[in-house]
Formats: sequence, C-alpha cells, structure tokens
Amino acid sequence: MANVDKVKILVVGDSGVGKTSLVHLICHNEPTNNPGWTIGCSVDVKLHEYKAGTAAEKTFFIELWDIGGCTSHQDCRSMFYTNVHGIILVHDLTNRKSQQNLQCWLGEVLRKENKISGGNGFDLDSEQFVGNQLPLLVIGTKADQTETIRDKNRQSSVAEEFGADQFDLDNYSVKYLAPGSTNAVKLSRFFDKVIERRYYSRESQAPTLQSHSSPQLGRRVKNAHVD
Amino acid sequence: MFLLQTIFFGGGWLFFLKILYKNYEVHHSGVLLMFSTTFALSCTMFVLIIFEIIGIMDSSSRYFHWKLQLFVILFVLIVLLPAYIGFFVLSNLRLVPQKPHIQVALTFVSWCVFLYFFWKIGDPFPILSPKHGIFSIEQCIGRVGIIGVTLMAILSGFGAVNYPYTSMFCFIRHVTDAEIQGIEKRLMQTMDMIMLKKKRIAQAKRENLRSAGQKIGGGIWGMLKTVGSPYGGSTENISQLKQEASGLEELSRQLFLETVDLHTTQERMEFSKTFKGKYFNFLGYFFSGYCVWKIFISTVNIIFDRVGKVDPVTRGIEIAVNYLGIQFDVKFWSQQISFILIGIIIVTSIRGLLITLTRFFYAIASSKSSNIIVLCLAQIMGMYFVSSVLLMRMNMPLEYRTIITEVLGELQFNFYHRWFDVIFLVSALSSIGFLYIAHKHASDTIN
Repeated sequence: MANVDKVKILVVGDSGVGKTSLVHLICHNEPTNNPGWTIGCSVDVKLHEYKAGTAAEKTFFIELWDIGGCTSHQDCRSMFYTNVHGIILVHDLTNRKSQQNLQCWLGEVLRKENKISGGNGFDLDSEQFVGNQLPLLVIGTKADQTETIRDKNRQSSVAEEFGADQFDLDNYSVKYLAPGSTNAVKLSRFFDKVIERRYYSRESQAPTLQSHSSPQLGRRVKNAHVD
Repeated sequence: MFLLQTIFFGGGWLFFLKILYKNYEVHHSGVLLMFSTTFALSCTMFVLIIFEIIGIMDSSSRYFHWKLQLFVILFVLIVLLPAYIGFFVLSNLRLVPQKPHIQVALTFVSWCVFLYFFWKIGDPFPILSPKHGIFSIEQCIGRVGIIGVTLMAILSGFGAVNYPYTSMFCFIRHVTDAEIQGIEKRLMQTMDMIMLKKKRIAQAKRENLRSAGQKIGGGIWGMLKTVGSPYGGSTENISQLKQEASGLEELSRQLFLETVDLHTTQERMEFSKTFKGKYFNFLGYFFSGYCVWKIFISTVNIIFDRVGKVDPVTRGIEIAVNYLGIQFDVKFWSQQISFILIGIIIVTSIRGLLITLTRFFYAIASSKSSNIIVLCLAQIMGMYFVSSVLLMRMNMPLEYRTIITEVLGELQFNFYHRWFDVIFLVSALSSIGFLYIAHKHASDTIN
C-alpha cells in the first residue's frame, strides 16, 4: 500500500446539496440512505486506474474530502484546504442560489491555497481564477426532483466561466454513474486530469507566464446530455 | 392608514427575501405572501397604539381599524397559517400519496385536530370573566394570548440571562494560539488515520473482487481453496476495519467541534479588546442588574400575590412630583414620556424578535423544510406581537388603556401578567442552570 500514490480532491458546496451521498455513490457504487449533516470533514477513498486499458495503466488512490457546508464553521474549515489537487463543486438543481454560491466556495478554497488578496471574497471576479491550476468539476444533484423544465443543454455559468466540466445526477440511483455512461466517462476523465496535473505535468511545467492562456484553452469541454 | 400597511408589507417582503431566504430559492410565493401579511398586520397594531397615545385620527375610526386588524390577524393566525403548515408537512411526508384532493382532505382533518387542541388549551386557565359566550373574539384572543405570553416570557427569560453571559468579559475563557494549533494537529492526525483505514478497506475489497473473479474459473481446485481461506486474496478483516474507521470518525467530529468552540472564544477575546466590545460589556453589567431586579420582583409578585396597578410612567411622575418637588404639567409630559417609552419597547421587541428568528432559521432550516419553518416562524411572530399588545397595557397610563380594554374585551389582564411573571422566572432560572452546566463542561474538556 505504501507504493500506491494518492491525490487529494475536495468536495465542496452549500449545506444540504448532497455531497456526502455523492461521495458515497462514487466510492462504493451504491446509494446511501439518510446521511446526517456532515460535521467537519468526512473522507473516503477510491482506487482509480489512471489511463485504464493502455500500457501506462497505474493505480492511484483518490482521496475525496467531503467538507461540511455549515456557515458557522467557516473559519475552521481552512485547515482542510492544504495540498489540494482538484476540486469538485456540488450544487443543488432545485435551488438556484446554491449554484451562485459556488463562486464563494471556490474563492474560499483558493484564498487559502494561494493567499489571493481578494477582500472578503464575496465579489469575486473570474480574473482572479485565471492563474488557477486546479482542475474543477461541477456536479448538480437532485436531478429527479426538478419539476421545472430546465434546459439541460444550458451550461451553468460557473462551469462556463472556469472552463470546467459539468454533469447532473441523482444521488439515489446508481444508473447515473454506471460504467460506460457519459457521466462516468466525464468523472474518470476528471480524475485522470487531476492525476496528470499532479504527477505527470511536472516535467513539462513551464513558467507561469505561459500557463496563463493554456489552461483556459485546454479546458473547454463540450457538455452533453445526461443519459 | 392603508398606505402604512403597504409599507410594512413591503418591509416584510424584503426581510424575507434578503435575509431569511439568503441561500434558498422561493418555490411557493404563497409562503412569502403569508409571512409579509403577518408582519404587516402586527406592525399596524403597534402603530395604532402609538396613534392612540399621540391622538392622531378620531377615536371612532381608530376603534374601527383596531377591530378590523384584530379580526384579520386572528383569522390568519388561527385558520390560514395552521392549514398551510399542515399542507406543507403532509406534502413532505413520504407516506402520503401526492394527489391534490387527498392532500386537501387530510389538511382539513389536521386543521380540525389543531382547532380542538387550541380550544382545550384555554380550559385550565381563568381567562375570561363569565360574561361571554363561546364563539366570540375574546375567546380566541384569550387563547392566542396565552400561547404568546408563554413564548414571550421564555424568550425574555433566556435573553435576559444570555445577554450578560455572552457580552461580559469575566465569562470569556482564556484561549491561546498553542491550544488551537494543538487541537488542529490532533484533528489532522485523526483524519490521516481514518484515511489509512479506508485505504486498507478499499484495497481489501479489490483483492476480494479479484480473487472472486478467479475463483469462478478455478473449478474443483478453486472450490477447495475457498474452503480454506474464505477471504480469498486479502488477509484483512474488513468489518473490523470499518468499525475502527467509524470510531475514528466520531472522534474527528468531536475534535472539530472543539476547534470551532476555541475559534469562537478567540474571536470573542479579540472583540472584547475593541471599543464596541467594551461598550457591550458595560451594557452587560447594566442588563445583569436589570435581570436580577426582574427576577426578584417576579418572585415578590408571586409570593405576595401583588399586582401592579400603576404603570411606571405615572409612578415616575408621582415620585418626581412628590419627592423631588419638580413641578410640571403632568398631562402633557405623561403623554410624551409614555409615547417614547412605548415606542422604544415596540422597536426593540420587533428588532429582537426578528434577529432571534433569523438566527433560529439559519441554524435549523434546510432546503426541504425551509417552507414549513418560515410558516411556523410567521405564526410565532403573530402570536408574539398580539400578546405584547396585551402586556403593553401595563406600561401605559390609565387614559390610554381604555382603547385596549375596549377592543380586546373583558380579558383578565391581571392573570396574564401573573402568568408572564411565573414563566419568566422559570425560564430565567433554568437558563442560568443550563449556562452554568455548559460553562463547566466546556472548561473541563479544555483542561
């Protein structure tokens, strides 16, 4: 076990959007019934094959750190934000405000990482994220409960701004992440990206001047329907 | 008059959207409507009291408005809000089929149950003088008054004790940076240990899956192998690892809560060094004095069965005139002073209630239950304001009391004051008890 490398991915979002059930679904492939509120942080791991099916296949541990979203615990959360390699932003499809709050969440995590001097973090501009190297993924939960006809083709503005991938699912049914489905492919592509950024791009890492424009270009991925 | 009402309605609307529902989307605008209506009605009642004192608008139109307000607010509190709450609770329960007519029928049934209990509450209390029939406004007000007065007394009792505790310096524990760092380190170590266990579990599971896959192709030899080692490729005991992991998770939660506690204490320490903090500290002394006096007076009232007949304004003026020898126009000044006093009481009680409700809402609500909680809060708010009108009668000089007495009918006001005193005493003493225990527990866990 000491031979297997690991990467750390944070799962953040407002309280009650479904992060804990999402993490459980990803790691154990089964839905969980009634998790209580997450106090502090709960962790789970998944063994992921990097570049599965190719000659360079290697196993990695993906550590998913699910951070409790209560606003009263804000100051204490920052100790979990060290050494992060990727971020999954979770929002609730039945509650549009949770999507708008994703910007604040991203700001909170990045502020600890790079010490961005961005005031109180509530009026963030996307310019502050330009130098951001961390891969992002945006997931919308409770897809079964949205009665309003939401145009699934419409990319959420958060995902568009940061050039992140996104998909929607329902935490209670496994079929959304069944192997081979579009969502599963996107998830595994995201994990691969995180691993690559952490372990493999260090040889080719250019000085920060150049990395300004390339992440933006490289990350515009086309969004597709949920199956 | 109606202009004022629309202003209050708008105020309630804004409060709801900007402050309460900061993090949630409004799905049912009916909830928003109900909340703003209740808020507008309550504020109008207070405004009517103020008009009474100042003397705006002639008394017959005031009387008319009073009656109208009272009728509408009682209708909202007793009929509309409980029905709406029942409807939302039922639609959230998974056992109930989601067809509309079943929901409406069940809501009606639950409303009848509510009405029955509401009526029963009034029986053990001597609310009314035996002059009135069954279905009168006084009956309803009496019962709403009881619930509201109980609420008010509990909140004031707790608030009076809690405020000095939170703002005074002598209660703040001393916390050093080293302590905080120590706990954070322990927390991170625990998280690492949990991670380790989970990794072992994940690897063990994968080994099991692999060896299970191989077993199928093994034939008889494979079957013999499985008899020998049921766990196949891995030597780990998964269920034991899971148990250890959940024990560690519990520990991490405790540690996190302690960290949060230490951080808040440190913030309080920082705050106490600022000017605002010192000002609050001074107020805290003042309030603790007030609280002690109030507890004392309540005890005296109960033991000696004394009911104050004279309000503070008139008594203050009496003292000023008789003992201090200051001569001034009693009638004029009593009006001004009572106006100011009542105004201050009204404003602080509205503000205090809204702040408490907001904090309560943030602590409890989640996206599923936010509708129900807001409606309950609206109900509480309505009852609170109605009963504060009742109790305010005590604070006004005799000539202004008449309209309240006239409008609210022949309720036994003295009983309400006595009941308030009793509940206030109970609530204040139990809050002191709770805070003491919490304080001891917290300082013990740190040391």
